[in-house]
Amino acid sequence: MTYETVISLRNIKTHFGEHCVHQNLNLDIHRSEVLALIGGSGTGKTTLLREMILLEYPQQGSIRVFDREILGMAEHQVRWLRERCGVMFQNGALFSSLTVLENVMIPLHEHSQLSEKTMREIAMLKIRLAGLERTAAYKYPAQLSGGMIKRAALARALALDPEILFLDEPSAGLDPIGAGALDQLILEIKRLLGLTIVLVTHDLDSLWTVTDRVAVLAEKKVVAVDSMQVLSGSQHPWIRQYLHGIRGIRFNEG
Amino acid sequence: MIFSNEHKTQHAQLKFNAQRTRLFCRGDWTLNGSKHLDRCLTKTIRHCPENCILDASQIQRMDTAGAWLLFQLQKQLQKKQPQCTLTGLKPAHSALLKLVHSKTPGQTSNNVPHQAPGLLENIGRQVWRKSLATIDFISFIGETTNSIFHSMLQPARIRWQAIWVTLAQAGVNALPIVGLMSFLIGIVLAYQGGTQLAQYGANIFIVDLVGITLLRELAPMLTAIMIAGRTGSAFTAQIGTMKINDEVDALRTMGIAPMELLVLPKLLALMIAMPLLCVFADITGVLGGMLIASLTLDVSFFEFLDRFQHAIALRHFIIGIGKAPIFAAIIVLIACYQGFRVQGGADSVGKQVTVSVVQSIFLVIVIDALFSILFNWAGI
Repeated sequence: MTYETVISLRNIKTHFGEHCVHQNLNLDIHRSEVLALIGGSGTGKTTLLREMILLEYPQQGSIRVFDREILGMAEHQVRWLRERCGVMFQNGALFSSLTVLENVMIPLHEHSQLSEKTMREIAMLKIRLAGLERTAAYKYPAQLSGGMIKRAALARALALDPEILFLDEPSAGLDPIGAGALDQLILEIKRLLGLTIVLVTHDLDSLWTVTDRVAVLAEKKVVAVDSMQVLSGSQHPWIRQYLHGIRGIRFNEG
Repeated sequence: MIFSNEHKTQHAQLKFNAQRTRLFCRGDWTLNGSKHLDRCLTKTIRHCPENCILDASQIQRMDTAGAWLLFQLQKQLQKKQPQCTLTGLKPAHSALLKLVHSKTPGQTSNNVPHQAPGLLENIGRQVWRKSLATIDFISFIGETTNSIFHSMLQPARIRWQAIWVTLAQAGVNALPIVGLMSFLIGIVLAYQGGTQLAQYGANIFIVDLVGITLLRELAPMLTAIMIAGRTGSAFTAQIGTMKINDEVDALRTMGIAPMELLVLPKLLALMIAMPLLCVFADITGVLGGMLIASLTLDVSFFEFLDRFQHAIALRHFIIGIGKAPIFAAIIVLIACYQGFRVQGGADSVGKQVTVSVVQSIFLVIVIDALFSILFNWAGI
């Protein structure tokens, strides 16, 4: 089976001062797959994610999205990328002075020329798609629970019908039931909209249920990219420890 | 399905065939492609003939926005003519349409949950909110007083460290700006007053004018206004941000009363700093007046100071200095109270800081006016 590559990272090199985070890192992300980035603290998972959406820049290397080099892109071309990528930040990053509905409408206002009423309805559709009730749309972020904030942030990320969705630790800070529900939601959205999803997570449950492939960041590069089934048989010491440590053991028993 | 690569957007269109029996949907039914479609949707529906078939086979691309528009079109056509059917939809598009259908609630799609409140309701709400806020503020003053008594009983619990820090920040660091402001006010007073006095040859009375107005009224009030803007706003922002980050709650869980750590030291420090700042403002203000008097009114420094000793009674100075700690208390109490009222996010901090500065400046002026009336009545 052949895959169409949506994002391809080549020879990425990232330094923070003297500290080297990525060295000759390569990674391909396929269309309509859910790819998770895992790795220990400080291995630059979030940094890598932020580099793919041009919030940070690597010192060297090439990042191609839909076969277009995005590093060194001019400002007006970056807009092309922004319309195709939805990003959900770890803490939601909802604008606190706006209601959920207004938050979701911001990208629509910026990138589409639909009438106000249509935008409002489309925003409402996204809010419901993210599993929130209508009444939640008129609330301010401060009035929402942690799980609802994640869903509202997801609705905003989906506002422009992006082709790639980036999720930074979607289930962090949620209880297992909420996290499980969010996992199901991500799967459903992927199935319905055929999105490519890139996520950073530490949640083993999510890794097993949601992802098609998992990229393991260690030793300053991607040491393995494969499905969880294959990775669980890996001999790499870090992967073994990660998946078969105390917290991973229940998956082998269950 | 969604296509990614460069593909020139073809605007979504609605076209009838020659016999007007079929309505063709064409082009890209996407967020970017639908801007014209969105506008002509209602018109097309109005002009749609009987027994028209909606043909979606020519739709190139579709996303949820386009699916929503198609869904609206279909719904409204069927409202007009129930036998209208939709044909030719590609399976992928059909799935999207189904998704939109399942996520769109029934009838209530257009109403906003709250009607805009009327004038009377607005007035009522405002009155209610303001009364609650007033009661809240009074109870805050009560809590602070209570906390002061507690601290007096246990002087060991007073946070000297925090008091020193506030003294340095709100007092020492404010010296240059307060001094400069007062110096300039002294110059303005002497200039404006001096030209009037010179007409009567009463040049020497510039000493009374500058001395009494500055010592008694202007120095304490302008210092208070400066401190409200400079220090009060900082207090509100600090407490407000701490509240958003749950730091205030963290203090509580550690058994530290936020009042004791965050309000009392500020209150004590500013009540000490303000009279001192006020004395400094008195000095620089009189210096400014003195400079102009010697330059333009032929009143030498020596004459000025000589007259100053006789003409300016000590009570003017004491009244001015006496008002300063009261202004300080007003500023700190309002600033801290507004800080604790912050809730939600960054937006709220900005709002409460504004309220804090406006309220404290306003109250300082009101209290100053009350003092004037009171002293006048008492004959001081």
